[in-house]
Amino acid sequence: MTTQVSQPGAVSRREFLKLGWGLLAGVAALEGGLAAVQFSLARVAAGEFGGVFTCGPVEAFPPGSVTPFNEGRFYLLRLDDGGFLALYRRCTHLGCAVPWDPTTNQFVCPCHASAFDQTGQVLNPPAPRPLDRFAVAIQDGQVRVDTSRPLEREQFDPSQLVYA
Amino acid sequence: MSESTSAPDPFWKKLWRSAVREPYTGDRRSRLRLVMNNLILHLHPAQVPVRTLRFTYSWGLGGLSALLVVLLAVTGAMLMFVYTPAPDQAYQSIMALNTQVWYGQLVRNLHHWAGNALVVVVALHLLRVFFTGAFREPRAFNWLIGLALLLLTVVANFTGYLLPWDQLAYWGITVGAGILAYVPVVGNWLSQVLLGGPEIGPATLLNFYGLHLSVIPIAMLFLMSLHFWRVRKDGGLSVPRGVDEAPVLKDENVTTFSDLVRPEAVWATVTLTALVLWSMFVNAPLEPLANPDLSPNPAKAAWYFLGIQELLLHFHPLIGAIVIPGLALAALAALPYLSGDMDSVGVYFRSRRGRWLAAFSAAAGALLTVGYVLVDEFYLDLPALLPSLPTLLSNGVVPLAALLLGLIGYHGAMRRFFRATRCEATLSVFVLVLTGFIGLTLIGIFFRGPGMALLWPWEVAGH
Repeated sequence: MTTQVSQPGAVSRREFLKLGWGLLAGVAALEGGLAAVQFSLARVAAGEFGGVFTCGPVEAFPPGSVTPFNEGRFYLLRLDDGGFLALYRRCTHLGCAVPWDPTTNQFVCPCHASAFDQTGQVLNPPAPRPLDRFAVAIQDGQVRVDTSRPLEREQFDPSQLVYA
Repeated sequence: MSESTSAPDPFWKKLWRSAVREPYTGDRRSRLRLVMNNLILHLHPAQVPVRTLRFTYSWGLGGLSALLVVLLAVTGAMLMFVYTPAPDQAYQSIMALNTQVWYGQLVRNLHHWAGNALVVVVALHLLRVFFTGAFREPRAFNWLIGLALLLLTVVANFTGYLLPWDQLAYWGITVGAGILAYVPVVGNWLSQVLLGGPEIGPATLLNFYGLHLSVIPIAMLFLMSLHFWRVRKDGGLSVPRGVDEAPVLKDENVTTFSDLVRPEAVWATVTLTALVLWSMFVNAPLEPLANPDLSPNPAKAAWYFLGIQELLLHFHPLIGAIVIPGLALAALAALPYLSGDMDSVGVYFRSRRGRWLAAFSAAAGALLTVGYVLVDEFYLDLPALLPSLPTLLSNGVVPLAALLLGLIGYHGAMRRFFRATRCEATLSVFVLVLTGFIGLTLIGIFFRGPGMALLWPWEVAGH
């Protein structure tokens, strides 16, 4: 047998095959992993709530009212100035359903005592941000709330209100 | 074709011979062979140092964990035949199990209490191994496998928690998945994959069912086999010795059968009896059917998570639920590999001074924890003191930094003022953090009432 004197930095046949097999194994593992992830993702799109809810005529909601819509997982609020706001009832801390307390005019989370005011702003931590909101639209005197995407926000802003 | 003088063996005797090749005669050689030739018994070595049999050294906690896992597998398999993993049928199937299936309630109770007991027993097992210094080389890797098994035990409990589909389950898992969502970058995605959607639904139940019944048990079986095998490969149990005693190099051996097997059988029988008795009189909790519209007040996670839930009341979620537990786990995993001056394997709490420091640290940990919870509850409002900072800093990074500096300072103080060796100082910090965690868990279980307000236990129980 002749010993091949390889140039420095050159890849021997054995090293090349090793590298090739290693790469193939890596690709196979990656494919398997991605397939497993996609397999688990298959059902994410099938949300039950997530459509547009027609809540009723504007007049049905007097200023200063808070109306829960359990199917849509949100509260429809009409502030004293007549502006509408839809708040996702999921606590921004850990996801508990936040009930409205009419005696204190606050949303108080039963899980970790986070409190939010009528516009969803944090009055009491541990909640890290205001309650998320859903887009409100008023068409033909009807209030519609789109629950397809919760809108995160850093604080309440009057521009978030919708007027009839 | 000469006729044999002796009669041929009867069928049953041939059958027995084919299964058990060597007759058991009771002498030493036979006892050794018995252990070697039996699949279950050969998890043990054929003989063991007589000192490792001391009950008050190991407390039989490893064997007890294995026993509970077997009991969980048996009762779990029974429950499989009754349970339906669909939201509109799960709760009813549990109700039917409780009221219509013979011994159904008892089997469910046994599964529930054995699962909870397993969390306690594996945690105690970890403490025993740490306090006797048995986690160092050559057992360092087995310590890591043990940690993985501890995590799997918690995940098994967590996934099983959802299956009854009652209020406890629904909101416990909601909070748990909410914690997961705070993992940086991938948290939201992780929580969505686990839940199979944005909120708990049919996909969540099926996911948890699959994890609880197949993925986790298989992983546990594999890691347990590895754990047991490594115990033998790493030289068996660490050998206990007195606090002033030199390491024992050569010890008298006794045969595993039956000097080890006998006490194991006794301990197993005592535990099983206690569990069955307990399960006869104390039912596993079952609250009303899950109601997505109504979070109960107070909404508490499973009891072993209440230490973390208590942290969540004091820290930003990213810090309280992810960073602090993550750091604690990383520290536990790194323990055997951190350099230390330890030659105290087999001595409970390292040394005489180690025992004093452990007691001192336990008292300090309890006082500091209660003190911190009270001060933070009634006097300290960091976000209000530091209004210019986001809450992640003011209620997270700042107190976390204070906590870590405090622990480093405590380590230094032990070294300086009590002349502790490094491993004694590490032990002190460990006990301090451990007592803190136990204290937080107890506060979460017994002292948190509606709205997570601090109350006395009898007031909490009244709600």
